[in-house]
Amino acid sequence: MKVRKAGVAAAYAILTLFSVTMLFPFFWMLMSSLKDATQIFQMRLLPAKPTLGNYAYIFLSRSSRFPQWFLNSAIMAVCTTLSVLFFDSLVGYTLSKFRFPGKKLIFLLIISTLMIPTEMLVIPWYAMARSLKWVNSYWGIMFPGMISAFGVFLMRQFMGTIPDDFVDAARVDGQGELRIFLRVILPLVTPALATLAIFNFIGNWNAFLWPLIAASKPRMFTLPVGLANFSGEAGSDWHLIMTGATVSMLPLVLVFLAFQKQIVRGIAMTGLKG
Amino acid sequence: MTLATKRAMTAYAFLALPLAFFLAVRFGPMLYMMGRSLTSWGLLRKTSSFVGLGNFREILADPVFLQSLSNTAKYAVFGAPAVIALSLGIALLLDLVPRGKGAYRLIYVLPYITPIVAVSWVWRWMFQSPPLGVVNAGLAALGLPAQEFLNSPRQALPSILAVNVWVELGYCTTVFLAGIQTIPSEVVEAARIDGASARQVLRKIVLPLLAPVTFFLAVMEGIQFLRIFTQVYNMSMQATGGPLNSTKSAALFIYQKAFVNFEMGMASAASLVLFAIIMAVTLVQIRVLDKKLNY
Repeated sequence: MKVRKAGVAAAYAILTLFSVTMLFPFFWMLMSSLKDATQIFQMRLLPAKPTLGNYAYIFLSRSSRFPQWFLNSAIMAVCTTLSVLFFDSLVGYTLSKFRFPGKKLIFLLIISTLMIPTEMLVIPWYAMARSLKWVNSYWGIMFPGMISAFGVFLMRQFMGTIPDDFVDAARVDGQGELRIFLRVILPLVTPALATLAIFNFIGNWNAFLWPLIAASKPRMFTLPVGLANFSGEAGSDWHLIMTGATVSMLPLVLVFLAFQKQIVRGIAMTGLKG
Repeated sequence: MTLATKRAMTAYAFLALPLAFFLAVRFGPMLYMMGRSLTSWGLLRKTSSFVGLGNFREILADPVFLQSLSNTAKYAVFGAPAVIALSLGIALLLDLVPRGKGAYRLIYVLPYITPIVAVSWVWRWMFQSPPLGVVNAGLAALGLPAQEFLNSPRQALPSILAVNVWVELGYCTTVFLAGIQTIPSEVVEAARIDGASARQVLRKIVLPLLAPVTFFLAVMEGIQFLRIFTQVYNMSMQATGGPLNSTKSAALFIYQKAFVNFEMGMASAASLVLFAIIMAVTLVQIRVLDKKLNY
C-alpha cells in the first residue's frame, strides 16, 4: 500500500508540473498586458505598477480597430452557428427518420466532404468569392461554414436515439412535417444542439485561414486576423500585442468555463477543430 | 400520391438546400481546382491556357516546395507521436489520482480551445532573445546558455512544433481518459486477483484495450500536423516560414503561392500534392494500425 501512495504522490507532482507548463503562458500573457511600455522590458513576474492603460487603448482609442474586429467575430460566429444548428439538425433528422431512395448515398456524399481539407478549398472559394463580389463581406467570410458535415453526422447519431413513435404520433395528430421537426423533434435533442453550438462557436471564433483570405480590408477582419495583422505591425509593442491576445481569448474562456462539462464530453466524443 | 412518396418528397425538400450547399461549396470547388491545376491560372493574368502536368512538374522541381514538404514531414513525424505519447502518459497518471481529475483536465484543455493566433503570439513573445524572452530568462536562472529559438534556422521548427504539441495535448489527453474510463473495472480487478502486477495490467490489458483510441488519435493528429499553417504563419518572421524557409509548411507555401504571388494554377497543383500526401498517409495509417489492432 505504501508503494501505491508514493505512486499517487508522484503522479500528482508530475501532473502539477505539467499544469504549470500549460498555464504559465496564459499567466505571462495576462501579466504582460498589465505592464506599460517601459515595464514590459523588465523581467518581473508580477508588474511593479499594474496598469489597465493597454486595455483602455485596445477598447477606447480611436486608432484601435479591436472593437470592430470583436463585433465582426461575434456577429459571424453567432450567425454561422445558428445556420449550422438549423440545417445540420434538419439534415440529421431527415437522414435518420425518413425513408427514401438515395438516402445512404446522400449521407456518404455529405460525410465524404470531411476528408477535403480547408487548405485545398480556399483557392477555389476565393475565385468564387471574387467573381461573385463576396470578398470583404460578412457573407463572403461566412458562406463556407454555413452547414457542417461533422454536425450532420453528430445530429444524425442523436436523432437515432429518438423513438420513431414520437414522429408517428405527431403525424397522426396531423401536424405539418416542418412543424413536427421544429416543435417535437428539436426540443428532444437540446443537449446535442448545445454541444454542436458550443463547438461551432469556438471553431468559428478561432478560424484563421479563410477569414485571412476573404477579408483584405481591416474593417472586415475577424479578431484572429486582426490580431495577427496588428501584431505583425506592432513591432516591439509587446504589451499591446499581449493585451490584444488576452482580449481575443476572453469570450472563449468565458464560454469554456460556463460549458466545461459539455466541452469535455464533446471532445471525448471527437475533436472540435475542422 | 401514396403516403410513402409524400414522405420521400418531404425528405428531398428538406435536403435540397443542404445538398446544393455541399455540391456548390465542397465538391464543385474541388473539381474546379483539379481542372485549374492543369492551367496557367493566375489572378493577375487575363487569360489562362492549358499546360497539362506542367504545374506539377514545375512545383515538384521547386526547391522551396520540396523543403516545405520535408518540413511538413518533420512536423508530422515528430509532432504526432510526441503528443500521443505525452498525452497517453498524462491520461494514465490522471486515472491514477483519486481527486482533482476534472481540474487537471480542464487546465490541459485550455490551450486547445483558445485561438491559435493568440497563443502563437504569446509563445513568440516568450521565445524572444534576452533580455526580453521569459524562456531565456528561465534558462539563465538555471545557469543554461541563451537559445535563439524562432530566430535560428535549426531551432525554429522544433519550437513551433513544441507549441503545437502544447496546444493538442489537452485534446488527446481527454480522448485517452475517456477511453481508459470505458475499460471495465472487473477486467482489471480480475487480473489483479490473479496476481498480475500493476505493470502487467498496464501492458497486457490497458494498453491493448486503448489501441483503437490510439489509432484514432494517430490519424487525427497526423492530419493535424500535416495541415499546420496558423502557428507557422504567426510565429515566423513576416509570416514567411523563415528563417530561411526552415519552418515553412506545405500549407503556408500554398497560401503564399496563391495569395501573395497570385499563381493560382501552381498553388492548385501544390495543394493537390498535399491532399494526396494526407490521403496516402491516412490510408497507410489505417492499414498498418488496423493490422496491429486486429490480432
